[in-house]
Amino acid sequence: MALLEVKDLHVSFPTDDGVVQAVRGVSFSVERGKTLGIVGESGSGKSVSTQTIMGLTRGANISGEAMFDGRDLLKMSREELQHVRGREIAMVFQDPLSSLHPYYRVGWQIVEMIRNHEKAVSKGAARQRAIDLLKLVGIPQPDVRVDDFPHQFSGGMRQRAMIAMAMALNPQLLIADEPTTALDVTVQAQVLNVIERLQDEFGTAVIMITHDLGVIAETADDVVVMYAGAIMESADRDSIFYDHHHPYTEGLLRSLPAYGGERERLNQIAGQPPSLINLPSGCKFHPRCPYVMDRCLVEEPVLESVDRRFWHRSACWLSHDAAERRAERERVTGEAATA
Amino acid sequence: MSADVIVRVTDAVKHFPVQSSGLRRSRDVVHAVDGVSLEIRRGETVGLVGETGCGKSTLARCIARLHDLTSGHVEFEGQDISRLKPRHLGKVRREMQMIFQDPYGSLNPKRRVGSIIGDPFAIHGIASGQDRKRRVQEMMELVGLNPEHFNRFPAEFSGGQRQRIGVARALALRPKLVICDEPVSALDVSIQAQVLNLLTDLQQQLDLTYLFISHDLSVVRHVSDRLMLMYLGKVVESGPSEQVYGRPRHPYSGALLSAVPLPDPRADEGAGEGGPGRRRSVTDPPAGRVPLPPPVARRLNPSVRRRSRSWCPGSEIRLNTPPPATSRWRMGRTWLRPSRHWRRSCGSSSPKPTSRRF
Repeated sequence: MALLEVKDLHVSFPTDDGVVQAVRGVSFSVERGKTLGIVGESGSGKSVSTQTIMGLTRGANISGEAMFDGRDLLKMSREELQHVRGREIAMVFQDPLSSLHPYYRVGWQIVEMIRNHEKAVSKGAARQRAIDLLKLVGIPQPDVRVDDFPHQFSGGMRQRAMIAMAMALNPQLLIADEPTTALDVTVQAQVLNVIERLQDEFGTAVIMITHDLGVIAETADDVVVMYAGAIMESADRDSIFYDHHHPYTEGLLRSLPAYGGERERLNQIAGQPPSLINLPSGCKFHPRCPYVMDRCLVEEPVLESVDRRFWHRSACWLSHDAAERRAERERVTGEAATA
Repeated sequence: MSADVIVRVTDAVKHFPVQSSGLRRSRDVVHAVDGVSLEIRRGETVGLVGETGCGKSTLARCIARLHDLTSGHVEFEGQDISRLKPRHLGKVRREMQMIFQDPYGSLNPKRRVGSIIGDPFAIHGIASGQDRKRRVQEMMELVGLNPEHFNRFPAEFSGGQRQRIGVARALALRPKLVICDEPVSALDVSIQAQVLNLLTDLQQQLDLTYLFISHDLSVVRHVSDRLMLMYLGKVVESGPSEQVYGRPRHPYSGALLSAVPLPDPRADEGAGEGGPGRRRSVTDPPAGRVPLPPPVARRLNPSVRRRSRSWCPGSEIRLNTPPPATSRWRMGRTWLRPSRHWRRSCGSSSPKPTSRRF
């Protein structure tokens, strides 16, 4: 059974300008010890989905189901959720400076986190654990740096301290929301290494949210591609990169500057991402899609498996049509064979 | 000096004094740019890459005279502009413009787009009234904005469109050199490609020369003819893009390039064969990923001038020998000349650097 199973999650925010439909019917699951990559542009709903699961979207209209270890996170009371947050599901945010309290020492913040969830732990023991954790994530001289303030840490160290804090109670699931976007590539590599090492060591499942396909290629086992609040395509990593079906996935991959190839014109996706208040009719990607058909303007395709591989799903009429044609052909040829 | 060199920087040094706090007077100095020399030729794109705090933006600002150099010279079209009086800078500024990183912070939210793009015309007294409006609308059309959106506010545009406004403003006076300081870093992937294509098209149309600054190595590789890598205020490696990417000679370049995650999961499979510039696997650092340098934060300490020594994957011989002379790195004399220590430790595997003028 999957560790986390999200089914048909809808999140919308009422605003003065209208209802912002941030997430529209998203379903995904995370297996124990695996990494799920969620990739998408800004406004695609990738962060909102996970924040909603963690109970961090106030004032939103939420429907759907998020089963974590047999319990529905969306139906939990605040106290129950408080108990799950930090202990069983931990989160690392994009901006390490604003997620650490500037007024308290780094070590104190980790100790507070440990003692808040495990009342029996003494201060001394919690401090020792904080030092061990900082050592684990590769902070030099952890016994000295534990008494530093966040501003005395560099960006990469702060992010590693955040990871140390997230891993403090050995959670089953780590949600990393753009953990390396604010960092240099060299520091990014270190942080990704730390996450990967911890995952190997403790068997933690990870949801890696990012807009960087390079990070996805490096870390994820399975990938979910989001656009305008819905999943466009989901599959294992290699299928996403080498055997993708959705035009949006194709567009994203082709718009990247080739690292090793010739200097040629980039294949851009024309147009802008849609407004989440006035979504286009039919398929939400149709105004930017190079393969748009009449059907796309009126009917929105649902996420369905392609090639009869149930784990590879795409929300596009093209792959639906192909699958239907194939099924039809097999039905006809199969009948012909029996006759 | 050859005629086609548009910018020549000689031994540029920029130090910032550290603000003293309270009663204690601080004599500390940040060595932001520490002896950089470079040439930019007409019509080419030079990429400038490095981590946060390596001095790449400061160098660009010194070239545009937004900062004054502590020592050294900047020549623009044969004229030394590093000591020019502000009132003589007008002509230089017309021919050298900047595009900034943040499409939100670099446009005044209270002003209409037409007036923002019209600023260069107003400041340099070039066109006014209907003439200015016509020229502004021409610019908007050129960068792919609807000229009828003349009277809108920046808030009504998306990130990519705002960056187009920034491009239109920079190109309004038909400059010769455009300094692009992380022009696509704040944009989404699909929009990034649009802006990069726009910049490439405009370069061909308007005969522009770009100094392109970015921390994104694949973007820089895509746009630049030549490349310079900076570390702690110095250029550690420079050369034609393919050379630097394909066969990085300096250990720092190797480390930086190997840290880039490629959007190609199967690139792992060849790791370790192509040298430090190729891909590595995360789980097995020795295979290809070069050990990474410590953060670039401590430039106050002069001992850090022995730059890459502390983390360099080269042999131990180098640890007790002095760092290489900076003049060896000067562009225009030699290229791809790594330090002697590096060559000694890796000499058997890497071919001898050839001496060639740019």
